[in-house]
Amino acid sequence: MATISLQHSNHQDAWTLPRRGTVAMAGLIIAESSIFTIFVVAYLYYLGRDVQGPTPKEVLDVPIFYTVCLLSSSFFIWLAERAIDHGKMAAFRLWWSITILLGITFLYGTATEWHKLIVRDQLTISTNLFGTTYYSLVGLHASHVVIGLIMMLLTLALAFAGAVGPQHAYRVRTLALYWHFVDAVWVVVFTVVYVVGR
Amino acid sequence: MGGESIPIGRDFGGGLDSTRARPTYLAVLYRWIFTVDHKKLGILYISYGLLFMLVAGVEALMIRIQLFFPHNTFVSLFVYNRLFTMHGTTMVFFVGMPLIFGFANYLVPLMIGARDMAFPRLNAFSFWISAFAGPLLYYSFMAGTGPAGTGSAPDVGWFAYAPLTERAFSPGHTMDYWTVSLLLSGVGSIGTAINILATVFCMRCKGMTLSRIPLLPWLYATVSFLVLVAVSPLTACQMMLMIDRYLGGHFFDTGAGGSAILWAHFFWIFGHPEVYVLVLPAFAAANEIIPVFSRKAIFGYPAMVAASVGIGFISLGVWAHHMFTLGMTSFGNAFFTLSTMLVAIPTGIKTFNWLATMWGGKIRFEVPMLFSIAFLFQFVIAGLTGVMLSVSVWDWQLHNSYFVVAHFHYVLVGAIVFMIFAALYYWYPKMTGRMLDDRLGKWHFWLMVIGFHLTFDVMHFPGLLGMPRQIYTYEPDRGWTWMNQIISVGGFIQAIAVLIFVYNLVHSYFRGKEAGPDPWDAWTLEWLTPSPPPAYNFAIDPEVSSRRPLWDLKHPEDSDSAIE
Repeated sequence: MATISLQHSNHQDAWTLPRRGTVAMAGLIIAESSIFTIFVVAYLYYLGRDVQGPTPKEVLDVPIFYTVCLLSSSFFIWLAERAIDHGKMAAFRLWWSITILLGITFLYGTATEWHKLIVRDQLTISTNLFGTTYYSLVGLHASHVVIGLIMMLLTLALAFAGAVGPQHAYRVRTLALYWHFVDAVWVVVFTVVYVVGR
Repeated sequence: MGGESIPIGRDFGGGLDSTRARPTYLAVLYRWIFTVDHKKLGILYISYGLLFMLVAGVEALMIRIQLFFPHNTFVSLFVYNRLFTMHGTTMVFFVGMPLIFGFANYLVPLMIGARDMAFPRLNAFSFWISAFAGPLLYYSFMAGTGPAGTGSAPDVGWFAYAPLTERAFSPGHTMDYWTVSLLLSGVGSIGTAINILATVFCMRCKGMTLSRIPLLPWLYATVSFLVLVAVSPLTACQMMLMIDRYLGGHFFDTGAGGSAILWAHFFWIFGHPEVYVLVLPAFAAANEIIPVFSRKAIFGYPAMVAASVGIGFISLGVWAHHMFTLGMTSFGNAFFTLSTMLVAIPTGIKTFNWLATMWGGKIRFEVPMLFSIAFLFQFVIAGLTGVMLSVSVWDWQLHNSYFVVAHFHYVLVGAIVFMIFAALYYWYPKMTGRMLDDRLGKWHFWLMVIGFHLTFDVMHFPGLLGMPRQIYTYEPDRGWTWMNQIISVGGFIQAIAVLIFVYNLVHSYFRGKEAGPDPWDAWTLEWLTPSPPPAYNFAIDPEVSSRRPLWDLKHPEDSDSAIE
């Protein structure tokens, strides 16, 4: 086979390449960022162009507590990454569970906010431009939180079943990359919707 | 050329083997549907693209029959609108995208010395979800009901300007099929783009540094990045359109303050880079074919990489040149005029590098090279009309005229389709183990060249005389009649050329000359494997020490690795 003669003995140095999980997750994050950019631009472009109320100023409250929950979850998932790197599986399961709980708390916050907006303020996705852009942008983010939670719950279940070990540290880190992205997007969404948009 | 002494591609399975027992049809079907092999998926992508090329080609011919005479009644106004919408949508999403991804799938792992893509199952998923999208769009012909005369198949143009797409103006389900279909195809494209990026950066064989990757994988990495940042906005647009149509949203609902201009911006933020997503693979094929048939290494490899990546970046900042007539500030006009003209610089670098590669070479005028040379001429002309249209004042005069139609068909057919044909003639032996027939290939080439120039050279003139695009008929006193008739005749000549090609594809599959592993005496790693390659590509992982590993192998006394 010809391939044998292609092997050169003078090529001894180690051959290292980036890991495919990292590159693929980076690609996914670039694609997702583009999608979020389009929704953010639409939100900003339509601010104040409504022909009827309610306006963001009238109905939106700043969800500071839930924002702190989501952003701090990035810290706890980092602790979990470190734990599995060092083979401390009990610590991993603990930090991982806390991350999930914080994510669920954040989702609960979104749910109560939407409940209030729909029932008390009569704002739905079809009420006006604000409703359309607000529910789609925040909803797009929330759907990413849901996907992250599903994957993390799956990992947790496998971890409790003993199927996740230190040999999966790299996969866990790749998943954590996604969660960090979801948190970073919230910084943008929060700024646009609750700081600039109000 | 030194092929005898080197046992390229023997043993270890693969290649044509008539002694093996024929599997049952069910087994073959099973093998193709459940495959995660990048080569099988590549062939599936290419077949899918070629199939839809025939469908969209028939639509183009129906358009040309309708325009043959003034006041022709071959199709109605409504059917005509559906024809050009479906022709455009199909050609971009279900011909162009599958074909470029097909070649990426087949060639990128082989050229970088890998055994498969980085994520084989993601690869299969991406293909099948894209494959589902095309039939879904065409199902609208049967299911897209609406009030009489407006139902059945989208009829809003391939760019689907708002608010035409809203429920009030497009009742029934026609637009729903369009938007869901494009969303699915977008998901498939993003999946494949991620896969190609991971493959190029993480699966290279030993010694294949970034400066030794063949230009084709380099350009596909650029294309994949463009897909991530350009196709994703289109996917976001489809989500918005769906929210408008299903949930009563107001993104593009002008009655509630929504903006039609915003859709145009969002669409062209996708739409212009999409042109480069389609044309960069054509460049990629030219980068491989022109050197091999000129018997010279590519001229200016680093400049080619830089120019390709440069085109990718510049293309992200030119979208509003599609919107000069929508009204912009003079700053906007100046910015998009200049940024569009900037594209000419890296494309110029590429053109001169191809010419310099051919300069002084021993050119072999085989069919792939003929198509590549035609591509060079035609692409230069397409680029020149592009620079003309980038001047906003010129564009104000000619926007939405047949001049624009002629310009972009010069790129899409004259450059992309020609290079797809070149690539098929070049790599068909690798994919099937048999050569495409040379005589039929030459007929295909010359008829295609004649038909192409009759159609698209002439098409510039009715545009200059003021014929708008997307009109279903015209008045006899305009003086456009004879031009339209020449355009239509050219279209039918191209159709004959394509039929010859289809016949050649089928005929040569069974009766073609056996190709052997390396019929063109080429230099990149895919020619090291038997034709067709076995499922695992390389029995032993190859190791390279230059940009042309097979040249080194065949010419140890004059190897590239010695001078690198």
